[in-house]
Amino acid sequence: MSLTLEQVRRVAHLARIEVSDAEAEATLGHLNGIFTLIEAMQAVDTRGVEPMAHAQDLAQRLRPDCVTEENRRADFQAIAPETEAGLYLVPKVIE
Amino acid sequence: MIEHSVSALSQALAARKISSVELTQLYLERIARHNPTINAFITVDAEKSLAQARAADQLRSIGQAGPLTGIPLAQKDIFCTRGWLTTCGSKILGNFISPYDACVIEHFNSAGAVILGKTNMDEFAMGSSNETSYYGAVNNPWDMERVPGGSSGGSAAAVAARLAPAATGTDTGGSIRQPAALCNLTGLKPTYGVVSRYGMIAFASSLDQAGPMAHSAEDCALLLNTMAGFDERDSTSLDRPREDFSAQLKAATGEKPLAGLKIGLPKEFFGTDERSGCSPEVMQLVEAALAEYRKLGAESVDISLPNMKLSVPAYYVIAPAEASSNLSRFDGVRYGYRAPEYGDLNEMYARSRAQGFGAEVKRRILIGTYVLSHGYYDAYYLQAQRIRRLIANDFVAAFSQCDVIMGPTSPSTAFKLGEKAADPVQMYLSDIYTIAVNLAGLPGMSIPCGFCKGLPAGLQLIGDYFSEARLLDIAHRYQTVTGWHLQHPAGFD
Repeated sequence: MSLTLEQVRRVAHLARIEVSDAEAEATLGHLNGIFTLIEAMQAVDTRGVEPMAHAQDLAQRLRPDCVTEENRRADFQAIAPETEAGLYLVPKVIE
Repeated sequence: MIEHSVSALSQALAARKISSVELTQLYLERIARHNPTINAFITVDAEKSLAQARAADQLRSIGQAGPLTGIPLAQKDIFCTRGWLTTCGSKILGNFISPYDACVIEHFNSAGAVILGKTNMDEFAMGSSNETSYYGAVNNPWDMERVPGGSSGGSAAAVAARLAPAATGTDTGGSIRQPAALCNLTGLKPTYGVVSRYGMIAFASSLDQAGPMAHSAEDCALLLNTMAGFDERDSTSLDRPREDFSAQLKAATGEKPLAGLKIGLPKEFFGTDERSGCSPEVMQLVEAALAEYRKLGAESVDISLPNMKLSVPAYYVIAPAEASSNLSRFDGVRYGYRAPEYGDLNEMYARSRAQGFGAEVKRRILIGTYVLSHGYYDAYYLQAQRIRRLIANDFVAAFSQCDVIMGPTSPSTAFKLGEKAADPVQMYLSDIYTIAVNLAGLPGMSIPCGFCKGLPAGLQLIGDYFSEARLLDIAHRYQTVTGWHLQHPAGFD
């Protein structure tokens, strides 16, 4: 199979990555090359094979529901692009 | 001093032949002299390093020094390091001074080790040549026109040129083993879950694992002792009894110290497929290393990993899928790069990410987003996970016939800068022998096994789950009878 330019633009939008027309063209070529490699999987009959998400069969550990972290808001916000009164600033989302 | 192993430096420090401040200064001077041409380090901060060295000397003076106290080490720039710029090789973290330490860094700090600097790497560890770093390519000290491998290319080049006695790396698809092979180092990727991933910037969380890169197995054991251990902050960290990897290295005794060891040779590693096959020169060196192992008493058995060839396709679905999710956190809101101009929130995200990520990272995010998107999930992501199971099962079957699997680490020696940069698929195939190990979650090593045309090659050792100590011992025995790991590139004295 091969991707279309429209699909590249759609995926880029989903991933929140701005792409120019020239970039979309170049990306399309590269992605199609990579998908040609990936397609080798499709010939394999995997009916009845349990998908493996992880190397170890682990159950999620639980911990007591209590505060473990100290408040370091000032440290964390010191490296933010824009803050005010302890809040992270972004363009207005709700009018 | 620079010809000393970490173990020997540790002894020199203990014997007060040198102080940590002197040793750290020595390496900082070497970095100042050679880093401009090698580009192995992204960040060096002499003042911070020397402060740690002074603290280490202080610890020693009050009798509280351990084996790594005062030892300067290079840290891959993927480990969050409090107060240090931590870029992960990306522009998007170009201003990120980490407010906290990764677990691995905490462990080294508690051991009294000194951070010499943060090493260059492929952006977000996505690459096999270190050429995707926003901070420039790294030159291989064995041939400055060639790549050091990746993604831990800066760590590998730093140790190879002896700008640091040892370093940390991380390995998602071969990123410790392949650069170790290309730079004549010993590198170990532990079993998934042995080293905490807390504070190690995530690429593909079900595959990422940190490990040591050094000249010898003995030094890797010493570093792993400090790196390994349960950490409740990493939900996949394994709660196991502590091991002393150094104590488990045995002195070579008798004619055949490895008598009874069964080495599995997968026919898929020794094929001659022209696209994915190993270069005959590298294969010759691997064969010679196997002959050396037979002299030590080991025997070899032919095995098969029938689904091996599917590891690269499955990996390039699973790793990008996990990456697309992990890297969604880089949005220009709480830390990192934000585009200077934007209109609404979506544009702020899309521009910050477009400008902050490099081409290879964007490609992988797009692949991942696509294979996880509605209508493609079953055909790609689930199919890849099923194939992952088949690959892991191949190893289970193989380890019923042998104790360790051996073969080449990389199909070739170091390639030229730029040679594969334009063709992602060619680049991906340079990890053909290493990727399956990550998919299965097994431990793997690369050890130096000789040179062709002046360039080093690596022998890969793959063990069963939790066999790090055994692998290190098998590597150590080889290194007690060979001298490949002691060879250094010319021009960095």
